[in-house]
Order: sequence, then C-alpha cells, then structure tokens
Amino acid sequence: MSNDRIVGKSVPRLEGRDKVTGTSRYVDDMELPGMLYGATVRSRIPRGKIKSINFGPAVNWDEFVVVTAKDIPGKNCITLIGEDQPCLAQELINHPEEPILLLAHPDRNLLAKAVEAVSIEYDPLTPIFTIEDSEKLSEIIWGTDNIFKSYLVEKGDVESAFKNADYIVEAEYTTGAQEQLYIENNGMIAVFDSQQGLTVWGSLQCPYYVHKALMELCGLPEDRVRVVQLETGGAFGGKEEYPSMLAAHATLLAIKSGKPVKIVYDRMEDMAATTKRHPSRTRHRTAVSKEGKILGGEIEFTIDGGAYKTLTPVVLSRGALHAGGPYYWPNVRIRAKAVATNAPPHGAFRGFGAPQSLFAMERHMDFIAQTLGISPIEVRRQNFLKPGQTTTTEQVVQEKIDLGKLLDRALELADYPAKKKTFAKENSSANRKKGIGIAAFLHGAGFTGSGERYLNSLVGVETCSDGTVKVLVSSTEFGQGTKTVLCQIAAEALGVRYEDVGIAQPDTQKVPNSGPTVASRTIMVVGKLVHSAALAILQTLKSSGLLAEVYSPEEFRAACRQHVARKGVFRSLARYQQADNISWDEENYRGAAYAAFAWAVYVAEVTVDLTSYSVTVDDFVCLQEVGRVLHPVLAAGQIIGGVAQGIGFALYEKVIWDKGRMKNGQMTNYIMPTSADIPPIRVFFEELGNVHGAFGAKGIGELPMDGPAPAIVNAITDALGISFNSIPLLPEDIFEALTANASHETMPALAGSKQ
Amino acid sequence: MTGLSQTATKSDIPMIVNGKAVTVRAFPMERLLDVLRIQIGLTGTKEGCGEGECGSCSVLLDGVLVNSCLIAVLQASGAHITTIEGLATDKRLHALQQAFLDCGGAQCGICTPGMILAAVHLLNKIPQPTSADIREGLSGNLCRCTGYMQIFEAVADAARRGAQ
Repeated sequence: MSNDRIVGKSVPRLEGRDKVTGTSRYVDDMELPGMLYGATVRSRIPRGKIKSINFGPAVNWDEFVVVTAKDIPGKNCITLIGEDQPCLAQELINHPEEPILLLAHPDRNLLAKAVEAVSIEYDPLTPIFTIEDSEKLSEIIWGTDNIFKSYLVEKGDVESAFKNADYIVEAEYTTGAQEQLYIENNGMIAVFDSQQGLTVWGSLQCPYYVHKALMELCGLPEDRVRVVQLETGGAFGGKEEYPSMLAAHATLLAIKSGKPVKIVYDRMEDMAATTKRHPSRTRHRTAVSKEGKILGGEIEFTIDGGAYKTLTPVVLSRGALHAGGPYYWPNVRIRAKAVATNAPPHGAFRGFGAPQSLFAMERHMDFIAQTLGISPIEVRRQNFLKPGQTTTTEQVVQEKIDLGKLLDRALELADYPAKKKTFAKENSSANRKKGIGIAAFLHGAGFTGSGERYLNSLVGVETCSDGTVKVLVSSTEFGQGTKTVLCQIAAEALGVRYEDVGIAQPDTQKVPNSGPTVASRTIMVVGKLVHSAALAILQTLKSSGLLAEVYSPEEFRAACRQHVARKGVFRSLARYQQADNISWDEENYRGAAYAAFAWAVYVAEVTVDLTSYSVTVDDFVCLQEVGRVLHPVLAAGQIIGGVAQGIGFALYEKVIWDKGRMKNGQMTNYIMPTSADIPPIRVFFEELGNVHGAFGAKGIGELPMDGPAPAIVNAITDALGISFNSIPLLPEDIFEALTANASHETMPALAGSKQ
Repeated sequence: MTGLSQTATKSDIPMIVNGKAVTVRAFPMERLLDVLRIQIGLTGTKEGCGEGECGSCSVLLDGVLVNSCLIAVLQASGAHITTIEGLATDKRLHALQQAFLDCGGAQCGICTPGMILAAVHLLNKIPQPTSADIREGLSGNLCRCTGYMQIFEAVADAARRGAQ
C-alpha cells in the first residue's frame, strides 16, 4: 500500500481550476438559440379535485406555450420505484405544490405574472399532515392504509429479554424535515427533435434515473433519449429524484413548442416544491441489565413520506437497518413503516433515513445511562458490536473494528474526562452552561442488501489516441470529488500519471450505467469497477507486446498510443459482481445488509447561554474508520461538510409547515449554518482498509451526517440536566423546557422503572 | 428579475468591468447580476437566492463587496466592477484562487466565485486576518458543501502568501 503513488495523496481537484475561475458551466449558464423559459403552475391546496382552470385576461396567452396533462405522449407519471406520482395533476391533488400546468415564453420576466393569472377552482378534500393522523386512517389518502412500505426485522426472543430485564427504558424521539439547500437551485434544459429525439441537460445526480423516467413519459426508446449532466452546484440527495420531474416538465414544453426550453427554479420554489429529509418518529423500548447491558428491545421507526412513494421505501429501509446503531442486540424487533401525508414527497438527503434513526439510538443510549446512573461512555462500551458478533439483521461483523479503542481515542482527542469534570464544577454558578456529548455510529456503504446486484453497474475505461485513458461512468460530480478520485484510482491501477487520466462528462449516450451517485457507493463500488476495468487495459497492452512488465508512465502512453493507432480505441468494461459472502434475504430482512460499514465516534462540546437560550458548538471532534482514505483533503472536506449540515439539522434548520406547505422557503427564514456558526471541526481517520472497495476504500459521504445531531443534543442535555428528544432544537424549545422544568423542579420521567 | 416595469426605457450605462470599459443598454432597475451574466456574458457570478442572503452573486463595486442581485444596474453607472473572471492574470491564478484549490475550499463550486470575492475584499481590508476576522468576513456568503473550515484555511494560507 505504501508504494502507491497517487492514491492517498491530495492531487488537485480535476475540475477545480474551472470552479475557482468561474468558468465551470452550470445549467443556468447555458443558453441555446431560440430558447424559451418555462414555469410551473402548482396547486395551492393540499388535497382535492380540480374543478376548472381559468386563464385570466391580463395576459396575452397567445404568446405562451401551455402544457397540461393531456399533452403527455406516454405515461403521466414520474417512474421511480412506483408509478404513483403524476408528472402533471389531471384531476386529483395530493399536496400543495402539485404541478398542474406548464407555461413557457421567450421572456423569462413575464412568467411570474402569467403563473399568477391562472386561477384554479377545486373541490377540497380533507387533508392529513401528521404521522399520527395518517395512522388513524380517518382519511385514506394513499393505497388502502396510508402505508407506503413497512419492514419487520426480528432477531432472537424479545419477550424473554423483557422478562429478564432489570430496567425497561422507554422513550420517543422525533426529527424534523430538513432542506438540502444546495446553493444551485434545480434547473433543466430540454430540446426535442422528431428525428434525433430528446436531449436534456441539467443539474442532477443520476442521469439514468432521469433517462428511465423520460422514456416512460414520452414513450421513446432508449436511444432516443439523451441525458447530460452539467456542472452541478450541490445536491446532497436533493438532486437524486426531483430532476426527473423537472426534466419531464422541460421536455413537455420543448415537445409542444418545438423549441429549447429551460426551467430554473428560484429559491422559494425549490425549497417549497422539491424533496426534503423525511420527518421521523422513533420509539425505543429497551430491556437492560443493571450493569447496562442491552438484553433486547423493540424499536418502532416511522417516517412521513409525503404524498407519493418516490424513494421512501429505500429511505425507510436504511433507517431501519441503522436503527440499532453500532451495538450488539441479542434480541431485537424493529418495526419500520412509512406513511402518507398531504405534503410534497420527502426524499433523499445525505444519510437517507440513518440520521433519523441514529439520532434516536444515540439519544437513547444516553437516556439508558441516565436511567441506570452509569456514564454514557460505559453504557456504550458494554454494548459495542465486536468482530464476529451479529448486527440486528444477523450480519456477522467481518471487519476488525474495535469500537472501544475508537471511543477511547475520540475521548482523548476531545479531552473529554477533564472537560466533563470542569463543566460539572463550573456550571452550577454559570449563566453560560457547558456540556459535552458523544455519539457512536455506523453507516453502511453501497445499496442495501441485494441492491447492488440489481443495479448491475457497468463501468468503462478506454484508451485515447494521445495515449491517455478516459474513465466512462454515469457517476456524477457535485462537489464530493467523484471525478478526481475515480481518476486517481485509474491512474494508480495503470501506473500512469494522474494527469494522463480523463473522465467523460456523464451523458447517457456516451457512458455506461454505473448506477446512481448515492448511498456512499461511488468510491467503494464504482471505484472498484474502475480499478478492474483499468487493469484489463493494462493486461491488453501487455499481452499485445506493446508494454513491458516494468514500464514508466511515458512508456505506457506510447504503448497506449500505438495500440489505438493499430486497433482503434479499446474500451474495457467491468460489471459489478456480488462477493460470495454477501447474502441477503429480502423477505425476512435478514443477512448482510451492507458490504461494508464505516464506523465513527463524534464528540461535541457546547455552551448554552441562559440569557438568549442559544446554543453554540465550541469544539467538534470527528473520529472515523472509513477504510483507506484515497484523497485526504477531499475526505476531510466530506466530513466537515457533513458535520456542518448535522449542526444545522440539530440546532437551526426548521421547516415551518402551513397546511402541508413550507412557509419559510427562503434563506432569510430557513437558517443554515454560516461561517460564524461553525466550531473548529477536527477530523481524524482510522484506516483499517476494506476488501470490497478500490484500494481499501469504504463509503464516506453520508457518515458525517449521522453523528452530529445526537452528539450535540447529548451535550446540551449534559449542560442543562434536561432531556431533549426532538430536533431541530431551537432556543425557544430550550426556553420552554427550562421554564416547564423550573415549575416542576423535577426531570420529566420518561423512563420505565425497575420491574 | 421580476417586477420590471414594461414602460421603463432603457438607457446606456457605462461601467468598467474587470478593467475594461463597457457600456450596456439596460433598464435602470435591472439587476446588476443579470446584466453581468446575460448582457456581458460573465456567468461566473452565480445566483443562489435572489434576495441578498447567500452571497453567491458577490462582486466588488468600487472595491466594496456587494450582492449583485440587490444592485440596480443604474447604481453601477461609472463604477469599477470586479467579478471572478477578473482575478486571474494571464492564466496565473490569484493567490486566493490557488489557495482555494490547494486547501479544498471549493467543492461544488457554486458559492466559490462569491466566496473568493468576499475573501479578496477581506484581505484588502485586513491583510493578516485573525481566525475571527475570517469567520466574520465570510459570514455573508453561504456554503453548503464545505462546512467552511477548508475555506478558512485557504484564506489564511493566501494571507500568509501575501495575497491582497
């Protein structure tokens, strides 16, 4: 490993120069001759039936292209897991941002007024806005029972664990919706030509998801739909599914008008209409021995999916599979379900269900410790998963992870014992109370269970006439460093310079389907395939006699050049093959849920100001084992960025709902962390390596989203001696809790007592 | 971009953009952001929120950091404007651009032009900023990717190298 020349080094970000000079082309930077601009007319009621649509007199409608559901050539749906979400509502309205009509005009300044001039009359139906109301079934708004999906994970004998328990600790935890808030809003351009078919360019994560949705929408064959990703200004899961909807809208306007059509959302439309993190509710009921050992437990994990299925079943699955945290549960029952409400569909956001269920788990560990009167460190240490033990799905931990050691190191880095002591001493008289909290967690890399087998990813590396090679993947760059690291992997595998490897722009006409850029899978899964495809090129050059066993990068280029001159471009393809030891029982939700896990312990130090009730995070230590770190600067960037989003999730970012609609869809009133809010975020890696990923890498992107919220709330609880079980936790919530607490002078007793 | 009066008349507005004199024909209340991007073709300046919150559209107007989405083009009449395209000279990156590249200060890149201009403005005012100066100086520019730490490093690094 130590002989690696490129992997493990912080080479320059491939597209970095364009980004710092402002020459990168994002969708709103692209103009086409004769282009029209599109806008969306949306419902303004949460649930009902469209009675009539009227076009007001103040607008010259002849100048506008107008598209309704009737203009859809193929299926009126955005095909993903299900086909329940219409591209344009025809009659039934299921949420207050439901698209109904599309408008286009050459002058983008005239669109807002035209959208306002369309008035729609409805027959309203009773809507549902909360998980609890959806569960009551007073209104059936989706399927027969308002349930998109449910899972049951069962291991051992939970009932006998409760019988043998010294303590039963019970509590409920909730998390709110969170907006991805990429700084570049969603945008798409579509062009349709009856000869050449359809082309769309846009800001997106998953070109082949958009491709599939457009084929169904337009009834076009595979080769007549082309999807190209432009430079994408942040995504975080928020551009996993919604771009299919937006591409569909631009497409319909382009087909009807015969002209290129661009739709770029403004901030408010983007925040209100596109997906957010699923709100969640987790109930823990845990059987514990008096020493603090978990004997068994029940975990009920419920998420609000919004109005349509979209990616909700998969988010639910990841949340359920992470609900037990990095602990050994001899007996456990996890019931997970996703319910429908009349809000815009919730969707993918970094962590994908895991930040929700891990928030609950890690708050609950502190609560168990508090109930038993032992330290939060001790309770975790006693229950950590060890190699050879099984997870909640009975997956045997194969990795040589030592969580106890990871915890020790994190505590040392954070100076935990000394701080804990000092804070306890100084807090009683202080108006600014300090606390320190931890979270231990894991994150599975790649698609869940058999997901990677179904994805069946294909990756290419090809020789170029100048002797360089080019990586061909549909995996996209949106800030994480996908391009850079995949090129590093290919260069390392081939023994060439980093500069001698290029990567194709994701374009469904030119690159194979390497799967979606989600689930912390790109470096581990796609990277491994790039490695294999590169090695096959090396093999070919060597067996053709053009390249000796030992060679220099210059000799490789010469050999590659000659090979192309003689035989033309050689494209080496590699397809995913599941390792033998990964088997998953989808029916019983049992087996190897993930090929590999990343592991982490985070420590947060906070101050709560009792004058303003605001919380500042003063120090943040993140220690994680993510396999081999292939690019230290980019890897640290992923961790710090995730932690900052986690701080927002915990302390600032609150979606205010008004009848299913986001009321605070502006950066003025939906608050994300600024540079002034960020503590020193100190990043440390352990590198155990991993057999499933390229050069020992595991997934990294989502992991840092999981730990900050529970670590911070545990620290606040430590500072104030009051349990907080809901996020976002705003100053007004702290004020209320302290006021209520002062009047009762006791802790709210949620814990079950000794049997 | 919305709310333009259809009856307003366009006027010729002279400006010096990245050292070059240009005259644009625009409605006086048109946003400087749109004039830069659409008329002059300098698309390095980005729109993130359109209401002066995110700072992606930051440019320097006579040396002052402004959100170009909040500036009516008339206000820029006769002014010197610096956009991200005006920082590198003869293909040599500005020290801040180089530092952003080296330290990981740019991820998705959409906030980067505005962030770099905010940093230029900061180092013009305070050539050797403290960590608190940097946090404060960049707090009008939102970044969702980086968590800011590597941006702070980049600014400190450029300051050490004497960038202004």
